Amino acid sequence: MNYLMRRLATFPLVLLGVSILVFVAIRMVPGDSITAMLGTEAGLLTPAQRDSLAAYFGIDQPWFVQYWRWIGGILHGNFGISVTYGRPVLDVILERFPLTLELALLSMIIALAVGMPAGIYAATHSEKPSDLGVRVVAMVGQSTPSFVLGLLIIYTLSAGFGVLPAMGEFAPLWQDPLRNLSQLILPAITLGFAFAASVTRIARSAMLDVLSDDYVRTARSKGASARSVIWRHALPNALIPVVTLSGIEFGYLLGGAVIVEQIYALPGLGRMVLDAILQRDYALVQGSVLFIAFNFMIVNLLVDLAYVGLDPRIRLGEQ
Amino acid sequence: MRILRAIFGHGSGRIGGIIVGLYLMLAILGLLGLTPHNPITQYRIDRLHAPNGAYWMGTDLFGRDVASRLMAGIGQSFTVAFFSVAFATLAGTVLGLAAAWLGRRWDGVVMRIMDVLLAFPAILLALLIVTVAGPGTWTSVIAIGIVYTPIFTRVVRGPALSLKAREFVDAARTFGSSSFYIVTRHLLLNLVAPLTVQVTLALAWALLTEAGLSFLGLGTQPPAASLGLMLSDSRNLMETAPWLMIFPGLTIMISILGFNLLGDALRDILDPKMRRAPA
Repeated sequence: MNYLMRRLATFPLVLLGVSILVFVAIRMVPGDSITAMLGTEAGLLTPAQRDSLAAYFGIDQPWFVQYWRWIGGILHGNFGISVTYGRPVLDVILERFPLTLELALLSMIIALAVGMPAGIYAATHSEKPSDLGVRVVAMVGQSTPSFVLGLLIIYTLSAGFGVLPAMGEFAPLWQDPLRNLSQLILPAITLGFAFAASVTRIARSAMLDVLSDDYVRTARSKGASARSVIWRHALPNALIPVVTLSGIEFGYLLGGAVIVEQIYALPGLGRMVLDAILQRDYALVQGSVLFIAFNFMIVNLLVDLAYVGLDPRIRLGEQ
Repeated sequence: MRILRAIFGHGSGRIGGIIVGLYLMLAILGLLGLTPHNPITQYRIDRLHAPNGAYWMGTDLFGRDVASRLMAGIGQSFTVAFFSVAFATLAGTVLGLAAAWLGRRWDGVVMRIMDVLLAFPAILLALLIVTVAGPGTWTSVIAIGIVYTPIFTRVVRGPALSLKAREFVDAARTFGSSSFYIVTRHLLLNLVAPLTVQVTLALAWALLTEAGLSFLGLGTQPPAASLGLMLSDSRNLMETAPWLMIFPGLTIMISILGFNLLGDALRDILDPKMRRAPA
């Protein structure tokens, strides 16, 4: 528990570091957000109008004042106003987040549903041709960038079957579940493929390690059936690295899949951040990056907790 | 020599080694400009030619030779990957060794900074850095280098801490060896094996990230060839000129595959603890 306490204690410290880093970084981007927002019309502003706009968005103050106001606001649930959307940052983020969350969950479900059985199968058929087959597919899968796979899927669909992935206005899950799934299934497969490959590889090697352990040999020699050895004795321990990997990967996906969202024209968190960076929407970049980093850290913390839960031998405090 | 023989005696090492070797040759040819055609010359009469004898992989919308652009693109990608991983390895090793050797406050400060960098998803951090510095080849090097520095710091610090507690380090101290000598001779030399594996795998990641950045238009800028940008440009012509997508896509994929295979083989060879237990 010592370890977890220390993790919890450094949590706000790291978050503070993240906030300072992103705050300073976005202010080093050349150009100002008012020009980025208004484009050529910015030239028509009188100095007084420009000043009042800057005052409205709070960007007329020195950086430490801005930072102080920003952090103070966040502690009160106020992330500031987005220059591009003209709305509260938190609203814009929360509008995009369900899609990103759903996509991440779907990808993880695909990855585990494919990767776990494939990994266990390969481990129990070790060094046979079927094991080699699984390993080759997993290696290729892990080496295929999501944008290459995404384009290949779109090309195969349109050239081979004359259909295009469902794009257009995004339908939230609770409004039109079928349309929502038809829009998200291909992106989820695109993201889930490499994810499944990693799960397969780690599940296979964890299973192989466990299967050669003494306690599994004991169970076998006591006459336990092959099935019971795998499911009752080996699998629970082989799960530990799979949980770690899936957790970290899921945490990444919660940050938005910039490129896949771009390919499938999905209004997720990743594309929003990219646009916000390009538009120099200070408040939105700061808010969303902090939001993403926070989620990422929470997921990592949960992974650590699951780790302790799954393996009582692990006394992280003593490391 | 012994390591080369071991790699070629290892199933996936052999394939990975051959792929990486081939790409290295193509990259060097591409960087030297020894390509079948000039990669940025526009042969306007031959726009969107399917692959044929003169243009092995066809031409693009501007009549530029795809094969030559791929070679130049491989050169670009490999330049970015090598320099960024070299940056991350150097920075990570120095920071990791410093944290482990100096301990206490240094260790705390260095590792907290690394925690902050690790709290960002990799591509997001790279995007942020690229936007601050403006897109370009060398910005990609710095961005990818910074993103991977924490990973190398961790890879170095852990083993360095346990090495530091070993008897031979105490012995060296008693003999009056300087800290610098102990750190470079006793710690660093013992870290070469894990670092080699990490470097190979990081190269695969760096190639992926570079392609991703240039796919978003934030890497190497046109008219210079870059694999990610070629792929991104192919999207609107997918049905009329599929070769514009298929060749760059496969080129990126196989390069990453090569380094992954090589990294796996090196891990088996160099790290006895990671050797697969027989079932």
